[in-house]
Amino acid sequence: MTERPLSPHITVYRMYRYTLLTSILNRATGLVLSAGLILLVYWLVAIASGASAYRGAQAVLSLGVLKAVYVILLATFSYHLLAGIRHLIWDTGHGLERTQSKRSAALLGVAAILLFMGLAWWALHAAGSAP
Amino acid sequence: MTNSPETNLSAAEPRPRRGAAQEGPSNLRSPLARVLGQGSAKEGVHHWWVQRLTSVALVPLTVWFVVSVLSLPALDHATVTAWIGQIWTAVFLILLVLTAAWHSQLGVRVVVEDYVHGGGMKTLVLALVTFFHVVVAVAGVLAILKVALGGAG
Repeated sequence: MTERPLSPHITVYRMYRYTLLTSILNRATGLVLSAGLILLVYWLVAIASGASAYRGAQAVLSLGVLKAVYVILLATFSYHLLAGIRHLIWDTGHGLERTQSKRSAALLGVAAILLFMGLAWWALHAAGSAP
Repeated sequence: MTNSPETNLSAAEPRPRRGAAQEGPSNLRSPLARVLGQGSAKEGVHHWWVQRLTSVALVPLTVWFVVSVLSLPALDHATVTAWIGQIWTAVFLILLVLTAAWHSQLGVRVVVEDYVHGGGMKTLVLALVTFFHVVVAVAGVLAILKVALGGAG
């Protein structure tokens, strides 16, 4: 294997560019949500395994560490959902101008934080989340 | 086929022809690269398109899931089995697991393609990523079906 420079050339990018931040965040949140999918399937398999097996899984799923994971998953879901919608709008050919893209990046950040706060508030007050 | 000057390639050194549609730009790729399944062999756009298709589907599916779970009165076994036992819950859950697994596989694949270098290692990791997603999807769907069909009592 020759040591050719391979894309993406992380070292040559200017790391403070908003385009790079929004892009990397979309990728990172996507990876986190992939891990979340494992958690979802673990929960589904636990439900399918019967009441007593589910109680055992619930003990695992209600660990303090996993509560932090749920917070992270809500945050990453909020970002990835809205960033994905932004990508879908781009795919229609709209919003690609630099000023528009800069504005939608700012909007994405604010909207993702608001959605996360709303979801987190709901999760805290949801009847089902009481241990 | 008529023996027109355009198609007559009797010359000893065939010159590169323009408009050879059946060849396309991918004739620049070596047969080995095609066999190894790396990069586009005329179907590069398929990945892009399925990623969009699953994105569009996942918008309502994930929102439905988050809203539904947060709306459940409790998360004990009886409540969640009754919830999954509803036909449309099971339908949307299966669609969610399948679509999310597919979308996730496409996304993780791109990350691996970007950051895992070395032909053998890249192929190995990509294979493992694919196997893992299939296992997750099958386990999820089977679990939902079992509960929905009343086998999780």
